[in-house]
Amino acid sequence: MIWNETKECMSRDEMSNLQSARLVKLVDRVYHNVEFYRKKMQAVGLEPGDIRGIEDLDKLPFTTKDDLRDTYPFGLFAVPNSQIVRIHASSGTTGKATVVGYTRRDIDVWSECVARCIAMANMGREDVIQVAYGYGLFTGGLGGHYGAEKMGATVVPMSTGNTKKLINMMIDFGVTGILCTPSYLMHIAETILEMGVKDRIKLRASLNGAEPWTEKMRGKIEEMLGIQAHDIYGLSEIMGPGVATDCHLHRGLHVHEDHFLPEIVDRETFRPVEDGVTGELVISTLTKEGIPLIRYRTKDLTSIDHTPCECGRTTARIARFTGRSDDMLIIRGVNVFPSQIEAALLEMGGTTPHYLMIVDRVNNLDTLEVQVEVEERFFSDEIRELENLTRKIENVIHQAIGLAVKVKLVEPKVLERSMGKAVHVIDNRKFE
Amino acid sequence: MFVKQLSVFMENREGRLEQAAEVLKDQGINILSLSMADTMEYGMLRLVVSDPELAKSALREKGFSAKLTDVLAVRLDDQVGELYRLTHILRTNGLNIEYMYALAASEKKAIIVKTSDGEAAAAAVLAGGLALYGNEEL
Repeated sequence: MIWNETKECMSRDEMSNLQSARLVKLVDRVYHNVEFYRKKMQAVGLEPGDIRGIEDLDKLPFTTKDDLRDTYPFGLFAVPNSQIVRIHASSGTTGKATVVGYTRRDIDVWSECVARCIAMANMGREDVIQVAYGYGLFTGGLGGHYGAEKMGATVVPMSTGNTKKLINMMIDFGVTGILCTPSYLMHIAETILEMGVKDRIKLRASLNGAEPWTEKMRGKIEEMLGIQAHDIYGLSEIMGPGVATDCHLHRGLHVHEDHFLPEIVDRETFRPVEDGVTGELVISTLTKEGIPLIRYRTKDLTSIDHTPCECGRTTARIARFTGRSDDMLIIRGVNVFPSQIEAALLEMGGTTPHYLMIVDRVNNLDTLEVQVEVEERFFSDEIRELENLTRKIENVIHQAIGLAVKVKLVEPKVLERSMGKAVHVIDNRKFE
Repeated sequence: MFVKQLSVFMENREGRLEQAAEVLKDQGINILSLSMADTMEYGMLRLVVSDPELAKSALREKGFSAKLTDVLAVRLDDQVGELYRLTHILRTNGLNIEYMYALAASEKKAIIVKTSDGEAAAAAVLAGGLALYGNEEL
């Protein structure tokens, strides 16, 4: 089912015209309402009139996550706070959150986009959908929730946590669709098989995102549960989940191009690349009111395909993500930068001790172990002191990144150094 | 009054204690007493040695985390009730024992003890009629 045929199936020319018209308005809006953008454009001698359509897009400067951080909390908002109806936030690189605000219309557009994604997963108003993303500042829970409600489906706002309860409700309520991270769905699938209740569930489709996964993992989930699993992409800076999703043909993720203008740029030159070439995904939010972003560098690596899809949609498709252009890790759906660990350890006093993050996946749940070298000033001859130190570091890191971690003290100089530069991350997860 | 104890942080890895022992052997350092405390992931080796400063720097050079701590070496006779005598003194003086282990080098018999307050413990032990060893005597 196609949720919005007018927008999702328009010709490329119509789409370009719509995008151009919206881009011109967007540039005009941010120039006049956001000092940051006005200064940035003036710095390169640009005036709103210089942008006449999407052909002029690459004249505009990029926006980065650092820009959001530097203007914390509301510096990039383009409307007065009285028009903001909701705030979401994700963890930033130095403990400061990245804050985004939505107007009522933004929430409507977001819900519309998520509804399109749900339709791509072949779910509709007859479906009972469990939203098993975390509810709260994280965009996953509420974003999925509003989209599923907009669709008219019956929504079960499960959130995360109690897997057995989730499965029992899945049986009792006749749940047919689920929105959650892929690793959590793997965990749910295994629990269903363990409980021996597979023949009692009616689940037939899922939308999974907020962390990297592979085609192989998607195939495994589909096989274990006998469902169709779809990849849903999004990031809070742009909107949240629902920026793009794959249709039943699974030949890339359809971007809701009338709202999110995608570009792929070369990782080094930052010049736009052709279809099929891998580069960094850059998005301009064509219709966003609360915090419109121009050429936002997602740091996600992918390629794009503008040819129409056999499903009937004409919206451009981005390939499954191949990685990140920065050192950000996604652990249990939470964005984690090594620099956050560094900053947290710095709080322990003095200089940062050498550390190593070991990310793994145990029973389909991500784990993070942080090894910290025991230095002179930390060192005590009393075990109790060392245990206290371990707990203290665990707490500081937990506070900083919002994830429970296991800290392990190690001897100095055992942590790997490569080319004189310390290796700070070992990711043992195999996304399959 | 105090004895310098050498404490070495040890990861729970095969051969690590052997490597530490090798460093001490190569420096001609004699071990008078030792105790090993262990957790799931690491151990704490505590030693009373013939030359603590040299042992510390040699171990550090080889990548070990080592430090010196002041502990008491309380001289005890080889007879019934000696441990009680010591613990009674400490308890009645409100001192907590962090850890202790025995030392028996040649004729010197002692208990190595680290308490919540080293100075107070030393004074209490001496006032209680017990003797303390220093590094030189050992």
